[in-house]
Amino acid sequence: MERAKIDLWVGIFVAAGIAALFILALKVGNMGNFGSGGTYSINAYFENIGGLKPRAPVKSAGVVVGRVAEVRFDNQRFEALVTLDIDQNYKFPKDTIANILTAGLLGEQYIGLEAGGDEAMLKNGDKVTHTQDAVVLEKLIGQFLYNKAAEGEDKKGSESSK
Amino acid sequence: MRKGVGLGLRGLGHISVNAIWRLGYFSRFFIATLFYSGPSFRRFFLTVREIYFTGVLSLVIILVSGLFVGMVLGFQGFNTLQRYGSEEALGVMVALSLVRELGPVVAALLFASRAGSAITAEIGLMKATEQLAAMEMMAVNPIARVVAPRFWAGVISMPLLAAMFSAMGVFGGYLVGVVMIGVDEGAFWSQMQSAVDFHEDIVNGVIKSVVFGIAVTSIAVFEGYDAPPTAEGVSGATTRTVVTSSLAVLALDFILTAFMFGGKG
Repeated sequence: MERAKIDLWVGIFVAAGIAALFILALKVGNMGNFGSGGTYSINAYFENIGGLKPRAPVKSAGVVVGRVAEVRFDNQRFEALVTLDIDQNYKFPKDTIANILTAGLLGEQYIGLEAGGDEAMLKNGDKVTHTQDAVVLEKLIGQFLYNKAAEGEDKKGSESSK
Repeated sequence: MRKGVGLGLRGLGHISVNAIWRLGYFSRFFIATLFYSGPSFRRFFLTVREIYFTGVLSLVIILVSGLFVGMVLGFQGFNTLQRYGSEEALGVMVALSLVRELGPVVAALLFASRAGSAITAEIGLMKATEQLAAMEMMAVNPIARVVAPRFWAGVISMPLLAAMFSAMGVFGGYLVGVVMIGVDEGAFWSQMQSAVDFHEDIVNGVIKSVVFGIAVTSIAVFEGYDAPPTAEGVSGATTRTVVTSSLAVLALDFILTAFMFGGKG
């Protein structure tokens, strides 16, 4: 086979390979969503983070505005310190509330930001003071059983004799 | 009895000494290949020609098997995920298993049997027909002229082939999951995009395939160069290439995976 033809085929091959890499990066991976735009980070303390993991989304009104950068345990306060990377395009007031929420019944956990009414905005390195912990299923079930038991006490007889 | 034990011990010693000797020879050969790589970039057509033989001609088998692996993943993944009512996670499963593991590994195994064996047979026959000796007579270094271009062609082709395998596999999973079974298309892609990380998953997959490319082609050129110059020797070397490089790929995959994904819970 002559040289020009080989060059052509190898060119097609390399182009297809690089195209495949781009497809993987943009369509399969999350390069496209959250690209070059800078981020600023804010901290939040939680008493219980449930199953929150780094890279979990941070949403406000259901829209992804950032990602969880780091989850650490603060040995001074005995609380979890969560660092959030927020897209620079979005600003939040100082009294924003950070909740740990769950997508669906057993889905992944994410952080929901509820904007407050403060004039001053959160800056890089600021701390969110109002936080709400993750719902722990065991506690919820325990509470439910406790309530049920209390109900049974009131009625007496009919429930317990069953 | 004592004689038998002695013979057995001697055989064991021979095998281990031989293995260590071959490892040393292989390392020296590998360094020499890197050292004499200049011509394969200065006269880049030498390498391009080999990319044609190792890369372009492997395209069909890589693309077709990628498609089928992806389609099988689509069926199997759907079957299992459906039990937990999370069919939408099919995209995540297909993409992660392809990009992290199956893409680099299966593409490297196919590459070893499709291109690695061909490289070994070609170099082995060149040696058996004394073409390599003739080159040396003409003051042409056979490592620079024959071995290094093939090595670099393999190292360049392998990540591209693995990427095409993964992309084709994701497409196969899409065909089965979304088009045939009817998983929601938006959930399929969006869950995939939120779960697959560019650095964590895709770049690590590419690093894996580069390492596999180096391993497979260096073993292939070494076996060819080291083959006894007989028909039997070349056939043995070709078999050894496929066996050794497949094992090397799987062992390296274990080590790389332990490094990349092992420490994180």
